[in-house]
Amino acid sequence: MSEIIELSSTDQQDAKRLDTSLQFLSFTLGQEEYGVDILRVQEIRSWEPVSRIPNVPSYEKGVVNLRGAIVPIIDLRERFQLGHSDYSPLTVVVVLQARMADKTRIIGVVVDSVSDVVDVNKKSIQSAPNFGAKVSTEFINGLVSVSGRMVMLLDVDKLLKLDGLDGEDES
Amino acid sequence: MSIDMAQFHQVFFEESFEGLDAMESGLLNLDLGDFNVEDINTIFRAAHSIKGGSGTFGFTAVSDFTHVMETLLDEMRDGRRKITQPAVDVLLGSVDCLRDMLQSIQNGSEVDQADVAEHKLALDNELNNAVPNSPSVGKQTAKASTVLPADDVKQIAGWVIAFSPHLHLLKTGNEPVRMFRELASLGHLTTTVDLQGVPNLYDLDPEECHLSWKLEVSGDIPETEIDEIFDWVEDDCDLAKQPIYQTPSESTPFHGSPEIAISHAVSRVTKDVSSELASSEESEANAADRKNGKKEDAKAAPKGSSSIRVDTSKIDTLINMVGELVITQSMLSLLGEHFELNKLDQLKNGLSQLERHTRELQESVMNIRMLPISFVFSRFPRLAHDISSKLGKKIELKLVGENTEVDKTVVELLSDPLVHLVRNSLDHGIEMPDVRLAAGKPETGTVTLEAYHRGGNIVIEVADDGKGLDKDKLRAKAIEKGLIDADAILSDKQTYELIFMPGFSTAEKLTDISGRGVGMDVVRRNIQALGGNIEILSELGKGSTISIHLPLTLAILDGQSIAVGDETYILPLGSIIESLHVKEDRLNRVAGKGETFLLRGQYLPIIRMHQIFNVLSAKTTKLTEGLIVVVEGQGLRCGLFVDDLLGQQQVVIKSLEANYRRIEGVSGATILGDGSVALILDIPGLVRLANQ
Repeated sequence: MSEIIELSSTDQQDAKRLDTSLQFLSFTLGQEEYGVDILRVQEIRSWEPVSRIPNVPSYEKGVVNLRGAIVPIIDLRERFQLGHSDYSPLTVVVVLQARMADKTRIIGVVVDSVSDVVDVNKKSIQSAPNFGAKVSTEFINGLVSVSGRMVMLLDVDKLLKLDGLDGEDES
Repeated sequence: MSIDMAQFHQVFFEESFEGLDAMESGLLNLDLGDFNVEDINTIFRAAHSIKGGSGTFGFTAVSDFTHVMETLLDEMRDGRRKITQPAVDVLLGSVDCLRDMLQSIQNGSEVDQADVAEHKLALDNELNNAVPNSPSVGKQTAKASTVLPADDVKQIAGWVIAFSPHLHLLKTGNEPVRMFRELASLGHLTTTVDLQGVPNLYDLDPEECHLSWKLEVSGDIPETEIDEIFDWVEDDCDLAKQPIYQTPSESTPFHGSPEIAISHAVSRVTKDVSSELASSEESEANAADRKNGKKEDAKAAPKGSSSIRVDTSKIDTLINMVGELVITQSMLSLLGEHFELNKLDQLKNGLSQLERHTRELQESVMNIRMLPISFVFSRFPRLAHDISSKLGKKIELKLVGENTEVDKTVVELLSDPLVHLVRNSLDHGIEMPDVRLAAGKPETGTVTLEAYHRGGNIVIEVADDGKGLDKDKLRAKAIEKGLIDADAILSDKQTYELIFMPGFSTAEKLTDISGRGVGMDVVRRNIQALGGNIEILSELGKGSTISIHLPLTLAILDGQSIAVGDETYILPLGSIIESLHVKEDRLNRVAGKGETFLLRGQYLPIIRMHQIFNVLSAKTTKLTEGLIVVVEGQGLRCGLFVDDLLGQQQVVIKSLEANYRRIEGVSGATILGDGSVALILDIPGLVRLANQ
């Protein structure tokens, strides 16, 4: 299933690349607004209780059963050290596809709320400023202004790689 | 022809590998003194179909090579040639070589020409050797042809071909004229037609071919090109071809020799060794080749999709099962359409039927993946044969329980570790015959490979009656290598476990068979990766037994769910020994920290689940209030402290790594009846976690 999705999304992406505009799904974390490539978004779900995984960083909340697949859930707020907020039925989980090596992984991220789908002209994307070691901007692809608000565009692959989900470890 | 032949390649390779296996086991079982013609027939047939298949697909290197083997086998079959041990060895070597060739072709890599040439040379030597009725002539010819310089291939001035098609040749869609045209393109062609077979006009059936030809084609033409032309009609005609030599040479063709002399000469080109040398080098070369082959095996991972052969009866069961399931389903849906409360019993019945069918269906589907362990075992007679003849040991290999069925994945992953263990037993375990006699043991050592089911596991034992493990030696070696402290106190079991440590080898002398000390730790890792464990028992002077315990399948597990706080975990049922409440007076502390409890005179460490997994919601932290589940993994026993036992159930193992990563202490995850995810515990991992 996921393979099929991946294939078609690649095709679309290729087509898109020729185009100058990109579509992003924007969501909020506290006061900040972020965006992810919409082609990487598999689905948006409401928060449901997870099965906790022992001995992992606290932002890795646990795993859920997503139609038979075991999918990890990551709290982006905690990941970006924006403080914890309680989960409510309105809390949203964005299920993303990340490409690592030659595999596609599915991973859910907890965000405060999903705002919008924004069309972004490639040319209007600014590169992320360098704050040195103080603020890690590794997984930020660029910044874009959407009707006056700043949206940080996340690099899904990098974001999820930072979590050490390499899988091809010692075993 | 517009059919894409590539689509059949996979089938061809599979059949060929099966054929090779059949040849190998046939050759190994060949009783030299008193053989059965049928045995050789089996080997011959396998070779023949590989030749045919490779010819069809255009793998000429393979078909040429097989052809020489076939010739040799043919002579053996007809009783024209005696079956000797060297001949069998050469054939075995060729089987290996052929397997390498096929693998290279399958993987799209280069065929090792030198290797092929060498084996072909060995085969040719064997062929030219001892033709029983006239051994001296045979030898002479062999010598003569080996002395031929490479450019003597040019000696052929042409071919005389007697071609008499069977009556039905034209009906098979073959056109002789076209073939002659092909021949004419190779060189100057003279045809003489023989009209003798033609009946008078009234009896003539225009669709039958009554003609036969004598064809003379001149020029330096390799035999294979001629063969190629007649490839399609091989079975529909009588064909005899004879080379014409420019100068009459001493290698006058005797039976079966023309082609051999040629291929022989060809192989000369690649390797210029005198025949006397070649035969003495042959065995060494073979051994080296085999070694290379092994290495290649390891690195050349099979490409493309793998397939599995399933017993038809298994499929029939499946179809029956699906049929019943459909019936139950339609019954239920009928019931659901007009449901009234008084039909509740019927509904319950229907649901329990559904449950039963689902379970049966699940079992039969799992069954499809099950293969008899003989898939792995079958390669060991060959290994034993090679090693015993190489080391001069006398070894009998016993295989027990070959029909025990295991999951295909397990079978595939098991073969390498098992090869290693058997090789160890053969090489290190079994002593030389004189040593054995001196120790009062029978001259022939026995290595037993046994597989059986126990509980939900399959147990595989490799037992030998050799010299066994020397505990003192193991210990000394471990201290010398710095693996343990000089004053460490080890139980027998722990001492034997030393051989599984990385970089440990007690063999005084390294042989190319084993003893580099890179094996056993890898073996253990592989077995553990399969969710199994490995144990070793040994008695000095009496032999050792290594047993591997493996889960029957990697996909389903009998589990016991346990509760820790509000979290649920699954323990593999097989790893649980018992569960109990402990009393205060049985609890002890070691160095104020490590907790142990006394179970029938044995102190077992306690692992607190809530502690190592940081479960804050745990109902109790007092050991006396919860439950202790005694579990065993990798020969280690310990007590897991949990809140409660919930229930037993079969769980489907899901990978955590697919989307996430490996978690220490957890071997996988599963989905419970309510849709939530539960983690499956990994006992050795938990022990490691607790020790951190």
